[in-house]
Amino acid sequence: MTYPGGDYDIIVIGAGHAGSEAALASARIGFKTLLLTINLDSVAMMPCNPSIGGTGKGHLVREIDALGGEMGKNIDATMIQCKMLNTAKGPAVHSLRAQADKKAYQFRMKEVIENQENLLLKQQEATEIIVEDGKITGVMVTTGAVYNCKAAIICSGTYLKGRIIIGNVQYDGGPNGLFPAMYLSESLEKNGIELQRFKTGTPARVDAKTLDYSKMIIQEGDDQIVPFSFETDSIEIDQVPCYLTYTNPQTHQIINANIERSPLYTGEVVGIGPRYCPSIETKVMRFHDKERHQIFMEPEGLNTNEIYVQGMSSCLPEDVQIALYRTVPGMENVEFMRSAYAIEYDCIHPTRLKASLESKAVTGLFFAGQINGTSGYEEAGAQGLVAGINAALYLRGEQPVIIDRSEGYIGVLIDDIITKGIDEPYRMMTSRAEYRLLLRQDNADLRLTEIGHRVGLINDQRYQKFLAKKEQIKQEISRLNQVIVKPNPENNEVLKSFGSSEIQHGLSIGELIRRPEVKYHQTAVFDPERPVLHWSVVEQVEVQIKYEGYIKKQLQQVEQFKKLEHKLIPIDLDYPQIGGLRIEAAEKLKEIKPLSIGQASRISGVSPADISVLLIALEQRRRSGDLKGTDNE
Amino acid sequence: MEALLQNEDTIAAVATGMGGAGIGIIRISGPDAVELGNKLFVNPRGKNLLTTNSHELVYGRIVDPATKKDIDEVLVSKMLTPHSYTAEDVVEINCHGGIVPMRKILKLVIACGARLAEPGEFTKRAFLNGRLDLTQAEAVIDIINAKTEKSLEYSVAQLEGRLSHKLEELDNILVEILSHMEVNIDYPEYDIEEISYDFVNSQILELLNKIKDILTVAETGKIYREGITTAILGEPNVGKSSLLNTLLMENKAIVTDIPGTTRDTIEEYLNIEGIPFKIIDTAGIRETDNLVEKIGVEKSKALLNQTNLVIFMRDISKEMSAGEKELIELLKNRKTIYIANKTDVISGMDVEIPEPWIPMSLLEDQGIETLRQKMIEMVFEGTVSQEADYLITNTRHIQLLETTKTSLENAINTMASQMPLELVSIDVMEALEALRGITGKAIGMDIIDQIFKNFCIGK
Ligand SMILES: Cc1cc2nc3c(=O)[nH]c(=O)nc-3n(C[C@H](O)[C@H](O)[C@H](O)COP(=O)(O)OP(=O)(O)OC[C@H]3O[C@@H](n4cnc5c(N)ncnc54)[C@H](O)[C@@H]3O)c2cc1C
Ligand SMILES: Nc1nc2c(ncn2[C@@H]2O[C@H](COP(=O)(O)OP(=O)(O)OP(=O)(O)O)[C@@H](O)[C@H]2O)c(=O)[nH]1
Ligand SMILES: [Mg+2]
Repeated sequence: MTYPGGDYDIIVIGAGHAGSEAALASARIGFKTLLLTINLDSVAMMPCNPSIGGTGKGHLVREIDALGGEMGKNIDATMIQCKMLNTAKGPAVHSLRAQADKKAYQFRMKEVIENQENLLLKQQEATEIIVEDGKITGVMVTTGAVYNCKAAIICSGTYLKGRIIIGNVQYDGGPNGLFPAMYLSESLEKNGIELQRFKTGTPARVDAKTLDYSKMIIQEGDDQIVPFSFETDSIEIDQVPCYLTYTNPQTHQIINANIERSPLYTGEVVGIGPRYCPSIETKVMRFHDKERHQIFMEPEGLNTNEIYVQGMSSCLPEDVQIALYRTVPGMENVEFMRSAYAIEYDCIHPTRLKASLESKAVTGLFFAGQINGTSGYEEAGAQGLVAGINAALYLRGEQPVIIDRSEGYIGVLIDDIITKGIDEPYRMMTSRAEYRLLLRQDNADLRLTEIGHRVGLINDQRYQKFLAKKEQIKQEISRLNQVIVKPNPENNEVLKSFGSSEIQHGLSIGELIRRPEVKYHQTAVFDPERPVLHWSVVEQVEVQIKYEGYIKKQLQQVEQFKKLEHKLIPIDLDYPQIGGLRIEAAEKLKEIKPLSIGQASRISGVSPADISVLLIALEQRRRSGDLKGTDNE
Repeated sequence: MEALLQNEDTIAAVATGMGGAGIGIIRISGPDAVELGNKLFVNPRGKNLLTTNSHELVYGRIVDPATKKDIDEVLVSKMLTPHSYTAEDVVEINCHGGIVPMRKILKLVIACGARLAEPGEFTKRAFLNGRLDLTQAEAVIDIINAKTEKSLEYSVAQLEGRLSHKLEELDNILVEILSHMEVNIDYPEYDIEEISYDFVNSQILELLNKIKDILTVAETGKIYREGITTAILGEPNVGKSSLLNTLLMENKAIVTDIPGTTRDTIEEYLNIEGIPFKIIDTAGIRETDNLVEKIGVEKSKALLNQTNLVIFMRDISKEMSAGEKELIELLKNRKTIYIANKTDVISGMDVEIPEPWIPMSLLEDQGIETLRQKMIEMVFEGTVSQEADYLITNTRHIQLLETTKTSLENAINTMASQMPLELVSIDVMEALEALRGITGKAIGMDIIDQIFKNFCIGK
């Protein structure tokens, strides 16, 4: 029995990190949006570690914020510890990471969603998508309601045909004891969307009162917290520490003795797991020379005893898990509250998506988050936001927002998955970005606020503030390049006190800041007229001056990159008809339908020789077009 | 219109450099190659190109179908698609009658309907038909350009991938360095070894040495490809033009007993034991009032700066002039071979010819062989100690290697100025990109793969 459930512009299936961003974006842009989730208690739930950010991921959160997404604000409001990573290195790879109070994080996001105009949140499991003439027209749920829509975004995470694995105990299930979504996969496949099986795992949650922290090393947050959101001014909280401990030969011995009981080694698990989230048994087996592996204790929240044991995810049977956890110093008497498990799930082939995250098979149907084969809250949130924006732009009949690899990690992420395809869950790393020095976490607002404002997610007030900041940066840099420091003994004395060398002739403050050992704030002594500026402006001024040479170099590389990105390939190009293209390359190109020569060159299996052939083909197509043109005259 | 990339017409050209050794090949490639070749080919036993086997070499004559005139004695083979150089139907006519008949045959082939191939067009077709990858295509272009067999040999070696092998070694080291750097950046909290600039520095220095070695060899490669520019210098009338003629064994330069006969420079290509020389005969250098000659003299001096090797010649029967002394001074730091010509004139007299002068009499054919040996010796001296088993001759490759080198030097400077790791990584990445420009291999996932292979990271 079905019944009509009402009409919506956009339906978002799944209220995880991707779905929350997608639904908020589409509703904020002004479309009537319905957000469905199997369980209302799973809104923005973190099924794995209780933290947001980290290398590469922290960059994504800042970009989400610059575009007008919610994740940055949400973690700012609910963090219990924060750290800027990589401070010993340069600004391009500084990365923020915060420990979250998981429940607080979920509740705040749920509240924001519930109070968002144009947005309705419902506990319903989608079982079918309704497609007419290749276009999405509605979504059916278990209760029989059919909701009509003009666009839909699937953000189903790890729930599709979810299967839980704890040693030889295996059953259908979603994360954290929630129900899996057993029906939607079939409907997707019926509509030409092929699926593959991926796998991921999580460690046990243990009871804090059974841990002995005195045997571990305390890990505290930063004294001064840098917020994720460009709109959060400061964060004042009492931070909660984490603890570090290590495995030992005894731990490894238990693993070795029981390895044949691990489904990873018996071949029972078919899903492909990520290399960067190896289970403890994988680490021990692969790196048997390593004498110890580090284990972090991360609290799951302020009002709970649950502790996430980072570094100890496992597929081993529960009895083996308990035995090996208890070998670790400080965990001798540990009690499990939730066991470690692995989960297998269905996801799509992201190469079947356009850069807008719309499916090539079904018009108006978008995909975001772990369903696309990625892993991680931040990766999910970033895609959700882009899918939400582009679904809205699709309904408006406008061109989609496509962030390119030189504009943001979001661009790198989406281009990677739709172009290169993936054979394991995809996690962001700064090494994936070629223009890392330009894609800093500190300048995400400078890179992306413009887009956020254009699509309607950044309001005028915030935009004006942003423009003012931009102007201040520009002015201060040009001012510093004009203030000259004289080569007199007093000034040289000051320079020496910074550990810098003397000057023989007048130098601008700008030039002084270019010296690695000289900091902006130190040069105040030479600069009586220095204006009072916000720290975030100072940060930009300093970075832009100090790394000017390298920034210029990367900008030149970007220019080269853009040339290839702007050599567009017509979508109807008949690849198999192009003589000289190797069959493998022609097939890949046909599947991915790259928008540009640049994108084509990043497809694995497409060689530079193929690109030359492609260029020749395009040139010839262009010339024959010209010929036709003259014929007509 | 879709068929634009299909190579629908038939092309022809001389496949080995004209004017080289005796045998030349005319290659015809394309759908009509066999039919076309057959029109010109006459076999004494009535064999027909249309029916011979692929890759069978048949003897016969080329006859002008219009006039029935006999042109040359040839060996012809046909190679059917896809088992040919271009992967198209190909006919190759091997003729040994020298330049003149070769030209005639080519003209006939074209008269019968083939189009004269553009430079490199066979290779382009081979390339477009998937027969060659990028390095191979470029090496083949070098084969086409190669002026002598020695170059040819090296180009073949390149084809066989010896250079690639060398480059792969560099590539592996670069990927290794980068993966160390990147794992430090992306996994700051893991107890992996903190990378030190000392380590990166020593690795890069080692790499730089390897690149410098290859570039040294590249110098030789360039010489091989373009010929060693050799200038014959000396006062008027000492016998410079005669020497050139002797070396070439044909009368090219004007030889007279009037001093100052050669008014301009003359260039000729010459092959000594497989090494190409570009020999330049100059106007004799001396102070002169004659304007035309003066221009030639200026040119000779300017030329000095573009030569790899100088042959300085004097007339041993004359006193050493002040001008000659001056010139010898000028040549002091160059690779120079000193020739004392016209020893026949002083034969019987007690004139001593000290080292390093090579006594020579062009009139009596003395000293030529010594000179030829000396020329070869000079080429190898200091450039390559032994014959390298690989060679890099392609200018684009050399440029890319230079870029690799510069980027690595930048990396060293970046570290020296205490810049952070991710900036050093930009330089090193640039080096890898330049290197990959030679092999055409995409960068893709290599570094990340290497990270997961070598380091135990991830939670
Ligand atoms: C066991 C486990 C371990 C993990 N380990 C890691 C890790 O180590 N590192 C890491 O980076 N990431 C890890 N993750 C991944 C991380 O949790 C996800 O990447 C992230 O939550 C994905 O966000 P999402 O929005 O795509 O999906 P999810 O957060 O999974 O949200 C999916 C949402 O879709 C809803 N839904 C699904 N199907 C339907 C349907 N048919 N109808 C209605 N609603 C539906 C669900 O109710 C849920 O609200 C792990 C996840 C799990 C489960
Ligand atoms: N006896 C003798 N005469 C020689 C010898 N070599 C060359 N000659 C003669 O010397 C004269 C000048 O020779 P060229 O070869 O024209 O001299 P050149 O150096 O090119 O002279 P310019 O072009 O005028 O600078 C000619 O008459 C030659 O025949 C030699 O070994 N012995
Ligand atoms: Mg002469």
